[in-house]
Amino acid sequence: MAWLNIIVQGALLGGLYALFAAGLSLMFGVMRLVNIAHGDLIVLSAYCALVIVQATGMHPLASLVLVVPLMFAFGYGLQRGLLNFTLSGGILPPLLVTFGLSVIIQNGLLEAFSADSRRLQAGALETASLRLGDQLAIGWLPAIVFIVAVAVIALLEQLLYRTALGRAFRAVSDDADTAQLSGVEIRHVFALATALALAVVSLAGVLLAIRTNFDPSIGPARLLYAFEAVIIGGLGSLWGTLAGGVLLGIAQSLGAALDPGWEILAGHIVFLLVLLLRPRGLFPKQAE
Amino acid sequence: MSLLEIRGLTAAYGDFQALYGIDLKVEEGETVAIIGANGAGKTTLLRAIAGLLRTPPDCIRFDGAPIGSLAPSRIVRRGIALVPEGRRLFPSLTVEENLRMGAQSGRGGPWTLSRLYGLFPALAARRRAAATALSGGEQQMAAIGRALMANPRLLLCDEISLGLAPRVIRDVYAALPGIRAEGTTVLIVEQDTSRALAEADRVYCLQEGRVTLEGAPAALTRERIRLAYFGL
Amino acid sequence: MLRTGAYRIDRSTRASRVALAVAAVIVAALLSLPLWGDSGDMRLAVEIFYYLALAQAWNLLAGYTGLVSVGQQAYVGLGGYGFFALTVLLGIAPLPAIALAGIAAAVIALPTAFVVFRLRGAYFAIGSWVVGEVFRLLLALVKPLGGGTGMSLPVAVVLSLAPSRAARDVVVYYLGLALGAGAVSLVFLWLRSRQGLALTAIRDSERAAASVGVDNRRTKLAVHIIAAGIAGLVGALAFLEKLRISPDAAFSVGDWTANVIFIVVIGGIGSIEGPILGTIVFFGLRALLVDYGAWYLITLGALAVAVMLLAPQGLWGLLARAFGWQFFPVQRRLRLLDLRQAPPKPSEAPIEAAHRED
Repeated sequence: MAWLNIIVQGALLGGLYALFAAGLSLMFGVMRLVNIAHGDLIVLSAYCALVIVQATGMHPLASLVLVVPLMFAFGYGLQRGLLNFTLSGGILPPLLVTFGLSVIIQNGLLEAFSADSRRLQAGALETASLRLGDQLAIGWLPAIVFIVAVAVIALLEQLLYRTALGRAFRAVSDDADTAQLSGVEIRHVFALATALALAVVSLAGVLLAIRTNFDPSIGPARLLYAFEAVIIGGLGSLWGTLAGGVLLGIAQSLGAALDPGWEILAGHIVFLLVLLLRPRGLFPKQAE
Repeated sequence: MSLLEIRGLTAAYGDFQALYGIDLKVEEGETVAIIGANGAGKTTLLRAIAGLLRTPPDCIRFDGAPIGSLAPSRIVRRGIALVPEGRRLFPSLTVEENLRMGAQSGRGGPWTLSRLYGLFPALAARRRAAATALSGGEQQMAAIGRALMANPRLLLCDEISLGLAPRVIRDVYAALPGIRAEGTTVLIVEQDTSRALAEADRVYCLQEGRVTLEGAPAALTRERIRLAYFGL
Repeated sequence: MLRTGAYRIDRSTRASRVALAVAAVIVAALLSLPLWGDSGDMRLAVEIFYYLALAQAWNLLAGYTGLVSVGQQAYVGLGGYGFFALTVLLGIAPLPAIALAGIAAAVIALPTAFVVFRLRGAYFAIGSWVVGEVFRLLLALVKPLGGGTGMSLPVAVVLSLAPSRAARDVVVYYLGLALGAGAVSLVFLWLRSRQGLALTAIRDSERAAASVGVDNRRTKLAVHIIAAGIAGLVGALAFLEKLRISPDAAFSVGDWTANVIFIVVIGGIGSIEGPILGTIVFFGLRALLVDYGAWYLITLGALAVAVMLLAPQGLWGLLARAFGWQFFPVQRRLRLLDLRQAPPKPSEAPIEAAHRED
């Protein structure tokens, strides 16, 4: 029963990782752009929520009403003003520009907020839980995070396969030149993809900030978790990414149960094993 | 005023110059064919018109307005659609989604999904199939259909017979009269000279990036075409 | 110079011959630095040397073979910990321990290549980063080496290197100089060799290189291992100088990879001169912005972004284009000779046989 509890908690944590991963996956899927600053943008949204909560006194979850549109707009501007210019010259420019961006965001946050650890206070929600047995209890907050992750992935799937924008995303991903010939403004479509990715990122950032402490330096680790969830799940499949996140979360919580020093390590090792044994991930999209 | 007017168009890929001062005109309602050997610059010319290659604005005028420096998505909004060489369907989209992509430009006009399925009944039966599951001829029809969904005034067709069996080529070209009947002007690039001469009102021949011959098919002798084509 | 009928192949240029003279002066100055500089100068110089070595190694990886590694801290850390393990646990003398630590890092790079080479492009970048994290977390579990808090180098080991602090500074200084100069020379000689031509070919077009028979995978593996070896030596030397090691310091992505990436990007990727210029700019900026804390890194990041977008060949690329400079003659220039007349004067523009795509 104790082990079941560990696995359940890990799986719920995996929902958060899937949320981290969804934005990364979307940007890579549409424009083959791997955003090294992804984790720092998660942290940036957490600080954004912190400022809003401190200024208005609203509940952290309510701050999403402002944080999500703000990050959506920021993503649109970031893509049109900066990242679009990195996409025509091989793999170095996008990688190194987003790497620079990562360092800028981290140190900017450090300058503005210091290295102190912060947390968004969510009142009773933080501790409320549903007791399911002697040793099994599900916290409301982790459960909400998991449900949000599933909902976001379901919505993104709907968007990708049921809307004109999703069709344009997939067409641009297949063949950007030909998509332009069909009248797609790729700079605009790319910007919408990043905007959407950052909207998801902001959701993830706020939920992260309610669940755990955060400081300006934790971004890169979140990027690695997101990346691992994507690779474990298999490229191009959002539901696979959810599975990848869940597996990663379970590995970490089992590792932590053995020894605190093994928590993060266990996740990385599962990722490396998947890479060795199933390089295309556990649930790859069918080959075209 | 011609629908399309090209003057002194030069184009290069990096160090390699592909076009040297092309002059070309297409009148509204005409069907014009561009012939020439491999590497003569035919595809480059169509890509330049469609906006995939940056060119000086004034080199290419469409309906009187300079379009040389516009992005491809703007050019298709003005009413020029390209059926690219090699069909270039979106592999992860279904046939119908591919066709709907063509309507992305938002131009109204005669061509709708149902009219297209009338023109190409083979596509109607396979509308839910992945684009990659189609036969070569069906893929070509889908590529033409996708371009028509933009309701272009000028349709550019790049090597639509390439790699297809003669019977299939006949089926594909059978759609052309229906397209012209809607008043659409057609500019085709075709390696099969006799096919081009049969379809076109006027023919341009390109050789090594230059126009070497221009005229109505009836006015051109086999000898002159051979000379313009090969330079021998 | 090769003379073959109606053309000859030049490798050096006038600028490169001038540069050789200047380099000789610089080397002489550096060799004599312990005579006229204080220990602070020597420490700074050592730091410059190991950043120079890391920058050359990273440039070889990212600039030539497209292996954009964000995981070089793995090998710096392994070199550092290797040095501590060899001296403290096995009682090996410091000097051989440095060499062995470098070799150990290179050897460990072989199995890690097996994993990370499954990832391409940007994914390789993040995958190599994960590998760096794995080693950091693993070393934190090794209690004999201090676990998560790390350990200091025992006095006995320090004294076995040199009897006094001043003497130790001098020894470390010359080791650093050897490492920096060695890394630059290694990259230079490699690029001039037959494999170097393969490297340049891969830089310019991976597919074309493969089509003329370059074994891309082998070349990449060789670069990966050499870069790891250089990083390992840097790690051994850096933590010998610091006298203390901890997982967070040894496997710091910021210190050992981010700074190096900035150096190479700002200086100019895909050339030998770029990382040298980048190292100078990096330390210059650091001296200027030393009092501004995080703003230093923000400036560096912004500068790197600007360079990547506006001048992707870096500051060196701008200079090389503006003045036609090339200090390290790694190119082969084909000069056509008109046999009826005297050979062309050096001022006449040569036809570049191995000119770059960009």
